[in-house]
Amino acid sequence: MLDQTRPPLPPLPGVGFKPQHYLDLLDDPAPVGWLEIHAENYMGAGGRPIAMLRHLAERFPISVHGVGLSIGGEGPLDPAHLARLRGLCDWLHPASFSEHLAWSTHDIAFFNDLLPLPYTAATLTRVADHIDQVQEVLGRPMLLENPSSYLAFAESEMAETEFLAEVSRRTGCGLLLDVNNVFVSAVNLGLDPRAYVEAFPLEKVGEIHLGGHDEDADDAGRPLLIDSHGREVADPVWSLLDHVLTRSGPRPLLIEWDTDVPDWPVLAAEATRAASALERIPA
Amino acid sequence: MNPRPSPVAQATFREALLRPDAAVPEGLGDGHGGPAGRRFAVYRNNVAVGLTDAVLEGFPTLRALLGEEALRAIAAPFLRAHPPSSPLMFRYGAALPAFLDDFAPLAHLEYLPDVARLDLALRAAYHAADATPLDPARLSELPPEALAGARLTLAPALRLLRSPWPLYQIWQLAHHDGPPPQARAEDLLIARPAFDPQVYLLPPGGAVFLQALARGAPTAEAAEAASAETPTPDLSAILGLLLQGGALTDMELPR
Repeated sequence: MLDQTRPPLPPLPGVGFKPQHYLDLLDDPAPVGWLEIHAENYMGAGGRPIAMLRHLAERFPISVHGVGLSIGGEGPLDPAHLARLRGLCDWLHPASFSEHLAWSTHDIAFFNDLLPLPYTAATLTRVADHIDQVQEVLGRPMLLENPSSYLAFAESEMAETEFLAEVSRRTGCGLLLDVNNVFVSAVNLGLDPRAYVEAFPLEKVGEIHLGGHDEDADDAGRPLLIDSHGREVADPVWSLLDHVLTRSGPRPLLIEWDTDVPDWPVLAAEATRAASALERIPA
Repeated sequence: MNPRPSPVAQATFREALLRPDAAVPEGLGDGHGGPAGRRFAVYRNNVAVGLTDAVLEGFPTLRALLGEEALRAIAAPFLRAHPPSSPLMFRYGAALPAFLDDFAPLAHLEYLPDVARLDLALRAAYHAADATPLDPARLSELPPEALAGARLTLAPALRLLRSPWPLYQIWQLAHHDGPPPQARAEDLLIARPAFDPQVYLLPPGGAVFLQALARGAPTAEAAEAASAETPTPDLSAILGLLLQGGALTDMELPR
């Protein structure tokens, strides 16, 4: 049975937790109402990471975001890793658990990156089976995040939005909408980001991600955006967020900043911008 | 009508990912009707940067000794030969000491594998289970004959490194400056008094003493093992280090 009794994440700004912000968060977290952690960083037996997380969990709702499950992998899910996720969720009681529509492990080699999938009936079956397994082991529904894409598979048979909607329908999982990923993929593959949002099953969205991207160019000189999480969220992504929120209503909004992590005031300013976006949603 | 495009197996993707000279797999496009080309390099680069950063962060003593550029030059072939075998990146690099044993360009720095072992031990200690240290008073209040029969429990964070190289002096030189190391073998105790692992130089006999304790031997038997290696092991100094490092968590007295 899926346990749906835990309070969900609040529709407020959150940030990805970095240890260097620990004291700032305890001192004055405003406007941050919740925190997200990367599950794999808290799978040691003890020490400072676990102690910090225990303390933070007394103050903030926590979202556990996995980056290593390889839900789109051709092979079976790693039962040892699933058990570690279960162990983490059992003591932490997070408000949410999410993972990516991607693969990262082949045989036993883990690449520490989110690798892309073709959108075919075969992939759909595999991803849905893996999500069923995750939800059964964790005893809770999960959220699945849309990827950032740099290339397209010739074998794909359906749009990403159609794929995600069908996975959600089959498994009952919720979705995590990364608005920066929508923008990055749309620019890279020549799609319309607003059309993507309009095709996305927004009623299934339990959380929204926002992060910064870098700009590069492909062989033909076309813009190639890289999902780097190393700077402020770009202006067109904030505009796209407004477009989403107008249709979805308030949702938990996460600022992701994972490389070249800034001092707390810079990250807090991004969270404040997210708070403004929530406040200007038309009634 | 075009034939259905053949699927790109993840094994094919993986091969091309780790070999910069490999062709981009067919069946991957740029979304505008052309081949993926250098768009595939984004994934290649993400993987290489992510794993290289993990080596740079995970081996701070190697980095301090060799410099960042030299460690990057080690990381590049290492991550191709030994990609992580687990999504727990804080464990990445367990194969680096053995890789350095056979790494010809730095073969003249024969102590490097032990430096990598020290960085791994510090990381393992950082993430080890918590344990309440033994109150030193419990040990000091024991009559000598009771201490002789006591079995001491070692903390989960404790690590022991025996090196034929002056590893403690090398570690000091890397992080705190120090005189040029004097050639000698050194035994190191890594322990975690609170959250930050510490490195201690063990006196002669200390490593053998600890190995005996880890086997469950009572202190008298451990002391005897130490005396077999060095005539007069300084047991109070060894026990003092263990207490200072919070490396003892309990003791069991003979009935």
